[in-house]
Amino acid sequence: MTIGVLAVQGAFIEHEKMLEKLGVDCFEIRKSSDLDRPFDGLILPGGESTVMGKLLHSLNIFDTLKSKILQGMPVLATCAGLILLAEHLTEDSTVHFGTMPVTVKRNAYGRQLGSFYTEENFKGLGKIPMTFIRAPYIDKVSPEAEILATVDGNIVGARYKNQLGISFHPELDESTAIHELFLTMVKGASSN
Amino acid sequence: MMNKRYELNKELAQMLKGGVIMDVTTPEQAHIAEEAGACAVMALERIPADIRAAGGVSRMSDPKMIQGIQEAVSIPVMAKCRIGHFVEAQLLEAIEIDYIDESEVLSPADDKFHINKTKFNVPFVCGAKDLGEALRRINEGASMIRTKGEPGTGDVVQAVRHMRMMNQEIARLSSMREDELYDAAKTLQVPYELVLYVHEHKRLPVVNFAAGGVATPADAALMMQLGAEGVFVGSGIFKSGNPKKRAAAIVQAVTNYTDAKLIAELSKDLGEAMVGINESEIELLMAERGK
Repeated sequence: MTIGVLAVQGAFIEHEKMLEKLGVDCFEIRKSSDLDRPFDGLILPGGESTVMGKLLHSLNIFDTLKSKILQGMPVLATCAGLILLAEHLTEDSTVHFGTMPVTVKRNAYGRQLGSFYTEENFKGLGKIPMTFIRAPYIDKVSPEAEILATVDGNIVGARYKNQLGISFHPELDESTAIHELFLTMVKGASSN
Repeated sequence: MMNKRYELNKELAQMLKGGVIMDVTTPEQAHIAEEAGACAVMALERIPADIRAAGGVSRMSDPKMIQGIQEAVSIPVMAKCRIGHFVEAQLLEAIEIDYIDESEVLSPADDKFHINKTKFNVPFVCGAKDLGEALRRINEGASMIRTKGEPGTGDVVQAVRHMRMMNQEIARLSSMREDELYDAAKTLQVPYELVLYVHEHKRLPVVNFAAGGVATPADAALMMQLGAEGVFVGSGIFKSGNPKKRAAAIVQAVTNYTDAKLIAELSKDLGEAMVGINESEIELLMAERGK
């Protein structure tokens, strides 16, 4: 099993370290030729979604990644990654991949002073650490998407088919639970 | 300070990695920077090249001007306060700035003491010429470090010198016997725990960006290849012929900093780079402020 990690900007190394801890191979996607390598799952990391959205186009990787997602490649998207997947953004007409039927509110907790850490329940995983950095949350989910976690009534984790979208940063904390959940999705997809 | 707050502040810097932070003086420039792919902007009234030209005392920017930029963009907004001027820092915290740069670019307000950054909830980035400076700032509560370089010159030589110095000193600490670290802590004037961290992890405990004199995509890629985790570009963009194009080119060069073919493409037709001043022609060395 090999995971491609989008590495145009942001905290991609933290995801790679998580995968290393779990004994899974990965490589960085920085330009179109990187997409010639075969991979079974995709991670869209945290960082700045405006930067990543722009670089996906200028580096010619947008179309290939989007079609892979639409064809069912499992995706783990954290924070800015979730914004890339969202079909709609609250009070913002920007759409990046737009493959996940959710409406995401950017900077939903305000500026850096609003960043926080908590421990909450995540469906099927119990209580896990959650680090929110200038984080978004999910304003609305379509009925086909499943809500996996809420914090103070706001949706912070959801799944739609092959797409796992999370507004916090599992790559920054000790728990590997979210990454293990994603790898289970990847295993499921490749055995089909 | 709650320890978790410091963790969250270091983690925001982690999110900025692989990105370019651009100096902007107006909401319009902030828009251009965001459109070009800046991962954050530094709001200031005058860019370093103009501060240098104008002379006189340079202070924190007008909060109204900073707030104008905060409203104009969705990416993090940073702003500078003078070294040691903890009240300017308090004001920046009051307007909920995302990152404070306690910066040698402004005139120092204190020639001995830096701000006790552990007393703040907002994060601080500080400049450093070498490992000792970097660790002293971290000990005071900085959650991100940048090279000082020589701001407002368009001359990358000092940023290169500072980054190489930092790398050499980290390598030296990493290769020391553990019983030699106590003496290293004494020489560097920092607590043993920070020295031990660098020894064990072969890196600073916080994110380290390059800053000061970066003017071209090649300059930015040079700093990345030397080990910077991202780049600040101050005067280099809005003092150049085609800011939009140059900014976008520097952003791409930072992502693919080892791809010479791509960077060669990106470097074509960028218009005039900022004129620049050579190190030997400078009267005021900002990097010598605050050690």
